[in-house]
Amino acid sequence: MCLQSLYVYSHMIEVNDLRKAFGDVEAVRGVSFSVAAGEVFGFLGPNGAGKTTTINMLCTLAKPTSGSATVAGHDVASERDDVRRHIGLVFQDPTLDGHLTAGQNLKLHAELYGVPSELVAPRMEQVLTMVGLMDRRGHEVKTFSGGMRRRLEIARGLMHSPRVLFLDEPTIGLDPQTRSSIWRYIHELREREEITIFMTTHYMDEAEFCDRIAIMDQGQIVALDTPAALKAQVGADRIKIETEDDDAALEALHPYDAKRSEGGIAFYVPEGAQFVPRLFAELEVPITSVSVSRPSLDDVFMSFTGKTIRDAESAPDGNRMIMRAMTGRR
Amino acid sequence: MSTLDVVRVIVPERSYRNELRAIKIVWLRELIRTRKDRLGMVTSLVQPLLFLFVLGSGLGSTTFIYPGILCMSVMFTAIFSAATIVWDREFGFLREMMVAPVRRSSIVIGKCLGGATVASLQGVILIVLAPLADVSYSVPLVLGIFGLMLLLSFAMTAFGVMLAVRIKQMQSFMRLTQMLIMPMFFISGALFPVTELPGWLAFLNRLDPITYAVDPMRRLVLGGDTPGVTWFGWPVPAGLEVLMIAVLGLIMLAIAVWEFSDTE
Repeated sequence: MCLQSLYVYSHMIEVNDLRKAFGDVEAVRGVSFSVAAGEVFGFLGPNGAGKTTTINMLCTLAKPTSGSATVAGHDVASERDDVRRHIGLVFQDPTLDGHLTAGQNLKLHAELYGVPSELVAPRMEQVLTMVGLMDRRGHEVKTFSGGMRRRLEIARGLMHSPRVLFLDEPTIGLDPQTRSSIWRYIHELREREEITIFMTTHYMDEAEFCDRIAIMDQGQIVALDTPAALKAQVGADRIKIETEDDDAALEALHPYDAKRSEGGIAFYVPEGAQFVPRLFAELEVPITSVSVSRPSLDDVFMSFTGKTIRDAESAPDGNRMIMRAMTGRR
Repeated sequence: MSTLDVVRVIVPERSYRNELRAIKIVWLRELIRTRKDRLGMVTSLVQPLLFLFVLGSGLGSTTFIYPGILCMSVMFTAIFSAATIVWDREFGFLREMMVAPVRRSSIVIGKCLGGATVASLQGVILIVLAPLADVSYSVPLVLGIFGLMLLLSFAMTAFGVMLAVRIKQMQSFMRLTQMLIMPMFFISGALFPVTELPGWLAFLNRLDPITYAVDPMRRLVLGGDTPGVTWFGWPVPAGLEVLMIAVLGLIMLAIAVWEFSDTE
């Protein structure tokens, strides 16, 4: 028992060359990673990168085409129920019953998960208090705002004390205030309960809160590390200038691989602050403005995928085909 | 609140007790939702009452069609109850049930029992109105009618769930069920005697499963003086008719469970 649980706790999630195809389109093209117990692990990538498909396989909602994965020590394909007993889920789309009250939704969840009857009430109070909805317990969910619903879904996902909480885009479509309160709950949660959190996001600033992040693009993991280490890997500061003659400046900065960006020119150098005086001295084109920034996760994403996350989302590439294949299936 | 106060739940392994809890809560949800939908309860009574009193009075046979109208009311309410699966899918709630660590069959059974309960309770209102259709109460009559309604509504919900698992949109579901239910209802002989039908209609009538729900209901209400369904001149016993509905209901339930387990 002890050894077993030690093993389980050392790798809460383990994924080995996981793949998923919808017809001819491969949505997930062989991902491998492991998540330690107690970690907050984030999947970062544009819509259609395969994040949701991966999460669906991990929480037994989709069968992997090939590869394997274990969650809390149980195989997602062959031990579906064991996996389900140990995970909590908050989906991208709402899954509450609007005609029931907040309390009834949680009660229904507790019954489906077999939460011992004597624990239902105290646990409900605890999770509702945590997300600040205790006083709204008796209200029908259809009267709730989007943020309240999301908070209630988080509370519901925690009703049965899962070992792993999966959050698929937990803050999508929410106002900044609600987003930050959801992050506060997540931090509170990891302090109070032994829980591993696996989440997806396409907000860079949120990825910073994760212990480790995996950057996903077109069905594959292109980078995986702590946010700090990823930024260090990029290793360069971003310099953005505006000039009176961008074409000439581009030509002159050709050795630095300069590119047009948001009405100016951007390029990377190892030590930005020291480079600026040289820039003014040596560039023959008059400079009207300059800014130096330390690498952000946007830059990390850019350096691994060759595009910004916004570009990746608007690109008419395989993503849409995957979406179409997914919605077209029975 | 400190860490010590955290209420820790350990989700038990799968057991029959938990499956029963799941069935019960899915069933209870149907009842809670129906109780809140008072308008729905009223509107779903309009059609049977219209048929019973307007059509019945027009034809001069309110008593004769009363059993058929009982079946009709139960059929439509049960199908509508099954339709909530399509709603649940559209509004995402189905997913919450699909990922729970319980058998999918428990969810389907809970749903069918819920639909059957709701439809039968609806039917109770029609039983109360029996004297208006010149049907007089007796304990065995009321119990018999209620039992038949439970059985028919369970079978109908199973039929509806079987269809609803495959259909992703409410409109398509409604259109499909209308297309199937209306002919089944008319052909069943709910509104006319089945003894003197033209050959083609008699043939269809004997194939229609609803025939075998309406017939025992009618025998119960009208007493012994009604000629029942015959197969090549052989009068089909009411017991066999009831058995057929029960078996059909179970077969459709099995198909619904199988389909439901198959979806990702």
